[in-house]
Amino acid sequence: MKILAVCSSGLGTSFMVEMNINQVLGELGITGVEVNHSDLSSASPGDADVYFLAKDIAEGGAHLGEVIVLDNIIDMDELRDKVRKMAEEKNLI
Amino acid sequence: MNSVLTTLVDILSQPAILVAMIALIGLIAQRKNLSDTMKGTTKTFVGFLVIAAGAGILETSLIPFGTMFQEAFNVAGVVPNNEAIVALALNEYGSNTALIMFFGMIVNILIARFTRFKYIFLTGHHALYMACMLAVIMAVAGFSTVPQIAAGAIALGIIMTLSPAILQPFMRKLTGNDNVALGHFSAVGYAVSGLVGKAVGGKEPTSTEKINFPKGLGFLRDSTVSIALTMIVMYFVVAIAAGPTFIEAELSDGTNFLVFSLIQAGNFAAGVFVILAGVRLVLAEIVPAFKGISTKLVPNAKPALDVPIVFTYAPNAVLIGFFSSFAGGLFSMIFMALAGSTIILPGVVPHFFTGAAAGVFGNAMGGIRGAVAGSFVNGILISFLPVFLLPVLGELGFANTTFSDADFGVGGIFFGSLANFGGPIAIVISLIVILLLMAIPFKKKATA
Repeated sequence: MKILAVCSSGLGTSFMVEMNINQVLGELGITGVEVNHSDLSSASPGDADVYFLAKDIAEGGAHLGEVIVLDNIIDMDELRDKVRKMAEEKNLI
Repeated sequence: MNSVLTTLVDILSQPAILVAMIALIGLIAQRKNLSDTMKGTTKTFVGFLVIAAGAGILETSLIPFGTMFQEAFNVAGVVPNNEAIVALALNEYGSNTALIMFFGMIVNILIARFTRFKYIFLTGHHALYMACMLAVIMAVAGFSTVPQIAAGAIALGIIMTLSPAILQPFMRKLTGNDNVALGHFSAVGYAVSGLVGKAVGGKEPTSTEKINFPKGLGFLRDSTVSIALTMIVMYFVVAIAAGPTFIEAELSDGTNFLVFSLIQAGNFAAGVFVILAGVRLVLAEIVPAFKGISTKLVPNAKPALDVPIVFTYAPNAVLIGFFSSFAGGLFSMIFMALAGSTIILPGVVPHFFTGAAAGVFGNAMGGIRGAVAGSFVNGILISFLPVFLLPVLGELGFANTTFSDADFGVGGIFFGSLANFGGPIAIVISLIVILLLMAIPFKKKATA
């Protein structure tokens, strides 16, 4: 199982989201998930099973496949909810 | 014995190896397992070499551009782009940059731990770029190696703390809380935009978010696309002004001048793309280690995060800010051309990111009028700061590209002027004075 966090330059924001996803996965006790980050240009369908994007680039990344859009990228509660929901759908917990 | 010593010096003067060793130490300190440690160390090592490779691509594109510009307008034209200038500077200042970044992060943690400025600067690529600029400035100032790294690291730690601090009053207004800060080295531009917004906004400003915007400009957020498109336009304008005869005789080896320009413009975007890939590899291990250590050591730390965190607060202001800032850049370019100084061309990346954020802060303080006026002023600011930054960068001031964002300009000009005024001593004294001022514990609100 692979997750890719994406932002427009692939440097700061997606990296922060990646670290936060890792933290949430740790809290939920989920292992065996590989989390990476990338810029919008390099990300392509097939790179990962689930993509996390901020609202402002949701349109540009719609082609990626299973996309989870974050309304507020610094809101840990929102991220926690969305990661948990995803984990339940994927039968990880 | 001597050969052991020279080998050691050889190892430490290779920035790729040095950065890999810093990553290795960080990974061991975090007690990572063997597989993670190997992966992280190797990726960091390769990443640094990728950056150098990207610099090579960029240079093949920037040198003909500079020659064409010179031929066409008889003045130097500079396209500010952080990735480009950093990659070029790392060829010579790589080891010092790596050490300044490493110790600068430690200084940042110490300042946050012991003073009232609780900001931990987590935007790794900007810390890297600032470390690089400081390495250059401290070297030009005349420090020898060890004091150069010490002064650079302290300066970096101070800038990493003060940049989020001056913007925090505006961040509080924008986000409605005091939990996060903005870690992006154009804070001076954003604060100015906020102040301008406040001045022009009037009593009840209308927010930009009340406008209905046509969609379809989303492709500009993809930096490869926007860099390539603007560089093609710039190359074509300059190529037509320089004329086919000159280009086909001197630069392109007979290839049609527009075809040549198209390829070089593409090369610029390709170079930036490669450099960004390298930067990602290098930062992948360093930033989480920094975050982990700082959360343990600094209670109540406020993370200072990358600039897109403010974009979601006002998506319309992002676009308005970009266009308005770019207009400010064009206005400044015409002004410089008439004045006959070095011409700073409006680079799309700095105007997009800093213009967008300036728009968001301008809007938060003064609605639509604030967003337009604030980011226009930001555009002027990031055009004129490089003019004064270039002379303090030594020979890198002639590289056809330079540092783009406002804090690089302000910080670079500040330390560079001090060096011109009183050499290394002036810089050392100023660093001590700033640290002492920051250490004063009384709870006065940081002013912008």
